[in-house]
Amino acid sequence: MIPLTHFLVLGAILFSISIAGIFLNRKNVIVLLMCIELMLLAVNTNFIAFSHYLGDISGQVFVFFILTVAAAEAAIGLAILVVVFRNRRTINVQDLDEMKG
Amino acid sequence: MTFVQFLFYFFAAIQVLAALRVVTVKNPVHAALFLVLTFVSAACMWILLEAEFLGLLLVLVYVGAVMVLFLFVVMMLDVNIAEMREGFASYMPVALVVAIIMVVEMGMVLTQRIFNVRPPVEKVADVSNTEAIGAVMYTDYVYPFEIAAVILLVAIIAAISLTLRRRPATKYQTPIEQIKVRRNDRVRLVSMKAEKKENGS
Amino acid sequence: MDLIYLLIPFTPLVGAIIAGLFGGRIGRKNAHRITIAGVAISFVCAAIAFKRFAIDGAEPLNATLYQWAFSDGIGFQVGFLIDNLTALMMVVVTFVSLMVHIYTIGYMADDEHNWPEVSLAGKNSYQRFFAYISLFTFSMLMLVMANNFMQLFFGWEAVGLVSYLLIGFWTTRETAIYANLKAFLVNRVGDFGFLLGIAVILMYAGSLDYAAVFGQAEQMQHQTMNIVGDAQWSVITVACILLFIGAMGKSAQMPLHVWLPDSMEGPTPISALIHAATMVTAGIFMVARMSPLFELSEVALSFVLVIGALTAFLMGLIGIVQNDIKRVVAYSTLSQLGYMTVGLGASAYAASIFHLMTHAFFKALLFLAAGSVIIAMHHEQDIRKMGGLRKYMPITYVTSLIGSLALIGFPGFSGFFSKDSIIESVAASHIPGAGFAYWAVLLGVFVTAFYSFRMFFLVFHTKERMDEHTRAHLKESPWVVTLPLVLLAIPSVFAGIFIDPLVVGEFFKGVIFVAPEHEAIHHLTEHFHGVVAFVTHGLTMPPFWLAMAGLVSAWFIYTRKPGIADATARRFNGIYRLLMNKYGFDEFNDAVFGAGFRKIGALFSNVGDRLLIDGLIVNGAAKVVAVSASLLRLLQTGYLYHYSFAMILGLVGLLGWFVLNG
Repeated sequence: MIPLTHFLVLGAILFSISIAGIFLNRKNVIVLLMCIELMLLAVNTNFIAFSHYLGDISGQVFVFFILTVAAAEAAIGLAILVVVFRNRRTINVQDLDEMKG
Repeated sequence: MTFVQFLFYFFAAIQVLAALRVVTVKNPVHAALFLVLTFVSAACMWILLEAEFLGLLLVLVYVGAVMVLFLFVVMMLDVNIAEMREGFASYMPVALVVAIIMVVEMGMVLTQRIFNVRPPVEKVADVSNTEAIGAVMYTDYVYPFEIAAVILLVAIIAAISLTLRRRPATKYQTPIEQIKVRRNDRVRLVSMKAEKKENGS
Repeated sequence: MDLIYLLIPFTPLVGAIIAGLFGGRIGRKNAHRITIAGVAISFVCAAIAFKRFAIDGAEPLNATLYQWAFSDGIGFQVGFLIDNLTALMMVVVTFVSLMVHIYTIGYMADDEHNWPEVSLAGKNSYQRFFAYISLFTFSMLMLVMANNFMQLFFGWEAVGLVSYLLIGFWTTRETAIYANLKAFLVNRVGDFGFLLGIAVILMYAGSLDYAAVFGQAEQMQHQTMNIVGDAQWSVITVACILLFIGAMGKSAQMPLHVWLPDSMEGPTPISALIHAATMVTAGIFMVARMSPLFELSEVALSFVLVIGALTAFLMGLIGIVQNDIKRVVAYSTLSQLGYMTVGLGASAYAASIFHLMTHAFFKALLFLAAGSVIIAMHHEQDIRKMGGLRKYMPITYVTSLIGSLALIGFPGFSGFFSKDSIIESVAASHIPGAGFAYWAVLLGVFVTAFYSFRMFFLVFHTKERMDEHTRAHLKESPWVVTLPLVLLAIPSVFAGIFIDPLVVGEFFKGVIFVAPEHEAIHHLTEHFHGVVAFVTHGLTMPPFWLAMAGLVSAWFIYTRKPGIADATARRFNGIYRLLMNKYGFDEFNDAVFGAGFRKIGALFSNVGDRLLIDGLIVNGAAKVVAVSASLLRLLQTGYLYHYSFAMILGLVGLLGWFVLNG
């Protein structure tokens, strides 16, 4: 039998990889969005593992909601990306510094 | 090593490797494809955890819809990949340090005794996973479910309204104007004398 | 409370308000009619009150009129204490004030000529002047009628304010402005002491009411307080000396006398009313009123005595060398105030108040006579340019002679009685400093006689030294000017007969408290055998012969041998210059206090205000905000990955904390 911890460590590794990804691809918004999806995946894996090991179906319901929200987020994020690109001809984060103090 | 364990480590290895490739490859299209691979193997692992519905949902929704959307956008936008990769190497040390620190920290948290849950009791599969989720979702979580629906609706409208461009040249109808129309606006009755037929033609 | 007591202070106030605020509308005639009517009513009521208390022997009235505030167990009230002392002061104040009001009609008749054409202040200056002197009368009455320290202080400051306004009445004259500022500042020094004295009393007696404070005086005598270092000071001594410092400012005792001669820049009626007859006697009145406190402190009495003696003698000497007619009278006032203070120090409060009263009459008379001369001389005040005015101004001449004789204490005139009682009291006093004070006041008599008659002879006798134009216009002043002179001359001569009840009698019994060991006035009473005997006795005493010597030497030097004066001045050049410089008080004040405070002020302005407050606190705070904001804005790069990095760092930190503590 696989211990719960293995699933959790897998989630942690995936999460850390996506964080590293945010660092590495700090200029490319698309990859940043992908990293965020990856993070959510790690979280969802945790949820499902807990749900399974604790015998509580609610964890899976929450994953369902997370998936819903993540889909919505991806849709809106990509829409914003398209608008940004349309207006500025770039998606380079370094150029998006209108908020600079 | 049982078969289940083998499957777990197999899919876990695929997930980790694919995730690493997602963050390291140059081409965003490739990154998206590696992300698809990650999702698929994650879906497999979820099924391993007896969450069949969500595993299938992940494949259908994420791989089938979201990732396609990603690919769509990546391909549609004319992105200068070389420029995007600038400073990639210089950020590597920081990324590594942060990632390793986080893995170590989380590992230390996760290996604590509180997470040492005893294995689940083997249940008789009297109901399917989908049915079980549905039973909970439509009773206990019916309001969050509704809200999730609203969020999706909002997302649809937001995405459309963000990307929709109204070109001046575009012709469109104004239903309210059409409904408000009265006969007099369109037709003018002019009373005029009947003209004589000339030459009896 | 009887209405007439209310009328005494408030009718002049009403007059002042009407004349002051509506002066332009009601015109000159109505202005002086209203104010004079107000003061006249006040005088009549004061006379009635005087009759009730002094003659019919009514019990002293101590009533609270209005409670202004009540805080921490201390009531701040407006109240009247009317007894024999108050009644006497009220009569003197209102009478002199009434005389001055009438006189002012003549003196200020052509006041427009004293103003530049364009000056707005010159408009309605006549009405304003009447408003001021009525306001002054109100303030002075509030001061003398007070039954608590707060009202006393109010009156004290109010007369100071009006004095300030009136010294600088001719606001377009630079010297007047300088003089009124000087008066105000010097009085501030005294008032500061006065306020501290009231504070000490309030702290230890826990009340501002006279009766309550006097009731606790015995206890305060045995209490000590710590001011500097470990030295323990008797509370009563500290309080009395501080109060007397206030009196030194208001009554122009050395070294706070410097403002009084300069205050002669004001119109002459003011010099008569405020700077001779009433306001400057506020300090004397206050000390007499506080006699239950002063009597308990021999140190304070000695202090009073020595200060008074110094003032009486040294200020008289300056009077000898002055050439401005008003300044001579001013220095004479200083000297006489010194006499009163000496009387206070010798515990002869009654004699001091008596001298205050007689002095009010004859000094007001002398000032108004000087004013009359000034009018006739077309505002020429230098006595070296006068002379021989006797035949042009007979009324002024006679009244001046009466005033001068009263001033030098010629037997039979009022000044003789009052001044002699003071000198006798000093002679009988045994407190430290009495010996010195006796010689000072004795020599002061000679000096007084000398400068008084030097001025008298130089103005009215000797040959005429004015220019032709002035001589052609010389004539006696109008009746509004001479009437007050005559009315004031009467008490100047006869007020002396009141020595019986006032000084040696029991007029002030229960009002002025004299400790048994300070028997000076008691000594005087024992040897008093009627007015006539007092006069005949006075003829044999040194003060009379000294006064005669002064008179005769003045006559000889200034009418017979005018050369002697110049020769003496050359011979004793050093002393002459010292006197001309008034002992250098002004120079000292300018050099030390004026320049010193300017330097301190510059220091505070540059370091305290500009550097610390403006630079460090005000602009500094703004700069700190600006600098910290310019540093903080570096955090707001606007780059998404910086924010996410910060978020992740926070996550790492949180996890780390969780790991280490969990």
